[in-house]
Amino acid sequence: SAWSSLNMKAETGTTSRRNFGAAIAAGAAALVGAPDNAKAYDLPDLPYAFEALEPYIDTPTMKIHHDKHHATYVANINKATEGKDEVPILALQADAIEAGKPVRNNAGGHYNHAFFWQEMAPADEAAKMKPSAQLAELIDKSFGSMDEMKSQFEAAAAPGAVFGSGWVWVCVNQAGDELKIVGTPNQDNPLMKGVADEIMFPILGLDVWEHAYYLKYQNRRPEYVSNWWNVVNWDKISENCAYVVENHAGVSV
Amino acid sequence: MKFTTSAFVAACALASGADAFATPQKNAFVPRTSTALNMAFELPPLPYDKNALEPYISAETLDFHHGKHHQTYVTKLNGLVPGTEFEDKSLEEIIKTSTGGVFNNAAQVWNHTFYWHCLAPNGGGQPTGAVADAIEANFGSFDEFKAKFTEAAVNNFGSGWTWLVKKSDGSLDIVNTSNAETPISSDDATPLLTMDVWEHAYYIDYRNVRPDYAKAFWKLVNWDFVARNMY
Repeated sequence: SAWSSLNMKAETGTTSRRNFGAAIAAGAAALVGAPDNAKAYDLPDLPYAFEALEPYIDTPTMKIHHDKHHATYVANINKATEGKDEVPILALQADAIEAGKPVRNNAGGHYNHAFFWQEMAPADEAAKMKPSAQLAELIDKSFGSMDEMKSQFEAAAAPGAVFGSGWVWVCVNQAGDELKIVGTPNQDNPLMKGVADEIMFPILGLDVWEHAYYLKYQNRRPEYVSNWWNVVNWDKISENCAYVVENHAGVSV
Repeated sequence: MKFTTSAFVAACALASGADAFATPQKNAFVPRTSTALNMAFELPPLPYDKNALEPYISAETLDFHHGKHHQTYVTKLNGLVPGTEFEDKSLEEIIKTSTGGVFNNAAQVWNHTFYWHCLAPNGGGQPTGAVADAIEANFGSFDEFKAKFTEAAVNNFGSGWTWLVKKSDGSLDIVNTSNAETPISSDDATPLLTMDVWEHAYYIDYRNVRPDYAKAFWKLVNWDFVARNMY
C-alpha cells in the first residue's frame, strides 16, 4: 500500500539525504494517488558526483555503471516483481536463487550496486577515515592485520579467483564474530541462500565485472582492485559492521 | 611453433582424416607440432589486420582482446601445464580432461582462436549452400535463426559465449555457455559459429549496449568458416 511504501522507505536508514527526500516525495505522491503501476524500486542517486572517485574510478565508468547498468537492474527487477507485494530489495536476497533467474540476477544486481555506491567516497575524504575499533578488532582477529586482509581480498578478486563476472565481499559470519572473504559469480551475493555454507552479511564488496573497470583499466583487473582501496568509505564500512554484528542481518540500501 | 596459414589449412585437412600431427584432432586450431618437443602453446596471429574489422570492431578492441586477453590465457596456460598430467596433451585433450584454472585458460585459448576465424573483413551477409539449407531446416529461415541467436547472446547473463553447434544427429542448435565453457567438452556438439559476449569483447566499441555489438557481429560473420566447420 502507499502508506506502507512510505514507511518502508523511511526505515531504510539510507545515508543519502537526497534519497530520503525522494522517498518522502514518492510516499507523498503515493498518498495523493500515484498511478497503480508505481514502481517498487528506484535507482538511487550516487552519494557524490560522477567524477568524485577520480582518478581511481573514472567519470565515464561511474556514469555508465550507474545510469545504464544499475538502471537496467532496477528496471528489470521492477518488471520481475510487478503485481507482487512490495518488499525492500534486501528482503528479496535470501530466496533469490530459488526465485529464479529474473529475480536472482536483477534483485542481486540492484542490491549489489546500491550497496556498492554507498561504500565509496572521494579519495581525499576516504584518506581521513579508518575502521572503527570494533571493525579493526574483527579484522585483526580474522586476518591478522588490515594489510593481510587487503592481500587476501586482492587474491580473491584476481581474474583466476573470480573468473568471469562477479563480486568479492568481506562479510560478517552468522555468529557475528568473524570476517570472511568470499567471491560470488555474476550478481549473486552472500545474503543469498545456497551461495556459501551459510548466509553471511556483507560489510564491504567490490564489483569485478569488466564493466566496472574496463574503460580505464581494460584487462588490468589487479590494478583496479589495488587502486580501489583509495576510495573505500571506512566510516560506512564501520557502520555496516556495527549493524550486521548487532542484527545478524544484511545492510539495507 | 607459429600458427601459420598453412598450419591452419593442415588443421582443416585433419578433419578429413589427414595425419599431419601426432594426435589428429577435429578443429585443432592450436596444434602442437610434436609432443616430444614439449613445446609451449603460442598465441595464433589474428587472421587479418587489426583494423580490418572496422568500423564494426575497432583496432583498439583487437589490440586488447587479442594482444592482452587472448595472450594472457596462452601465457597462463603455459605456466600451469609443465610438470603435470597435461604436459603432453593437445589443447583439445587438455580442455576435455581438466577443471579449474587449467580448464579456464585452455578453453579460453581455444574459444578465442575459433572466434577470430568466425569474423572476416568481407564477412556478413547470408550463408549459401549447405549452411543456408541447414539453417533453414532447423530454424525456418535465416532471419529467424539470426533473431534467435541474437536473443540468446543478449540474454546470456554475465560472461560467456553464444554458439551455433551441430549435434551428432545432424541438427543445429543455439547454445549459451558461461565463462570459459565450450561445446567441445561434449562429444555431441561441433561448434560452427561463436560470438564472445564477455564484456571485454564489446565494451570499448559499444559500452553496455550488447545488442549493438550483435548487429556489428552479423556484419562480420565468416560464413566460409562456418561451412568448413560443418564437416
